[in-house]
Amino acid sequence: MVSGDWTVEAIVRATLPVLLVLTLIEIGSGMVLHGFEDTLVQYPTLLVLVPVVIGTAGNLGSMLASRLSTALHLGTLTFGTNALLVGHVLGTILLAGTLFPAVGAGAWLLTSVIGSPTLGLGRVLIIATLSGVVLALVVVIVTVSATYAAYRRRADPDDVVIPTVTNVCDVLGVLVLFAVAQLVV
Amino acid sequence: MSVRGVASTVYREGVGALGVSAVGSLLAGVVLGGLETELQRLPGLLVLVPALLATRGNVYGSLGARLATALQQGLLTPTLRSHDRRLYNALVAALCTGLFTSVFAAIATVVVLWLLNAAVAPAALVAVSFLAGLASGIVLSATVTGVVYVGYRRGLNPDTLVGPVVTTTGDVFGMVFLYLAARVVLAW
Repeated sequence: MVSGDWTVEAIVRATLPVLLVLTLIEIGSGMVLHGFEDTLVQYPTLLVLVPVVIGTAGNLGSMLASRLSTALHLGTLTFGTNALLVGHVLGTILLAGTLFPAVGAGAWLLTSVIGSPTLGLGRVLIIATLSGVVLALVVVIVTVSATYAAYRRRADPDDVVIPTVTNVCDVLGVLVLFAVAQLVV
Repeated sequence: MSVRGVASTVYREGVGALGVSAVGSLLAGVVLGGLETELQRLPGLLVLVPALLATRGNVYGSLGARLATALQQGLLTPTLRSHDRRLYNALVAALCTGLFTSVFAAIATVVVLWLLNAAVAPAALVAVSFLAGLASGIVLSATVTGVVYVGYRRGLNPDTLVGPVVTTTGDVFGMVFLYLAARVVLAW
């Protein structure tokens, strides 16, 4: 972070390179969507689910990352069978297991209110819950290993892990959502 | 603390912010679901959606974090009437990086689709990206600055406010302005 030096140029220089790299990763996520465009237009409920599934997965990851990073800085976290680490992982999976069914119900409700839903409530619930739980496992694996890698390289996990995790979740979120949707639809 | 204790703390402290942000993203999803015609008439627009939404979150999230830290360090005075040069520079820098990244995303999308021999509307995509980036940039800078300043003056920790506010408003305004920009460009 550029502390005293707040010129427009210094801020742009500090933030732009990472942003451009992340944008290219996000285009990858967009290409996955593009590959499923026909299914998406056929079932608009899936389109409604896209931002919320990738957003919630990213939020779970950034929350876990910032908590693990704070615990590392405080020296309370060690990698291995540590109660703190296992508890964080468990809490994250519980959050996914309760939030994603609610998200599925919300998506179904909103599409029924504005138009004709082409997918039944049961199917939407299964798609949202199953992809949410799979994603939570992916989020946990990616976040814990990225935090561990940053820690081993003596980098500050706050700087690297959150952008990596949220953007990786965007790509994997779309992939998992469609893999599950293909199974269910 | 036991595994159970840690897990329940993580759950309790996370569920509120995640729930609020999920409601915002669901609304953004409804806008995206209503975009069928625009998606068909502007080939390539769907490819841009994740990149543009992520840019809003990344740019204005980092603006919020910067302002929150500076307020706590005393680098910024917590009143908007002070016409602070630092605040002005941070806002201009966020708007510039946001706009540049949006247009870059549109160009990268055009190149990728063109290499794959897929249908794409180059000029329209760049125009939509630019317009949506400008409009959502202005609204999001104002929202983030307002929330961080008001929150700080009310004694809240601005760092914990930034995340949920940016993820919620970023998705909603990001999608709404993308929709409006697509309508404007198609009407041209």
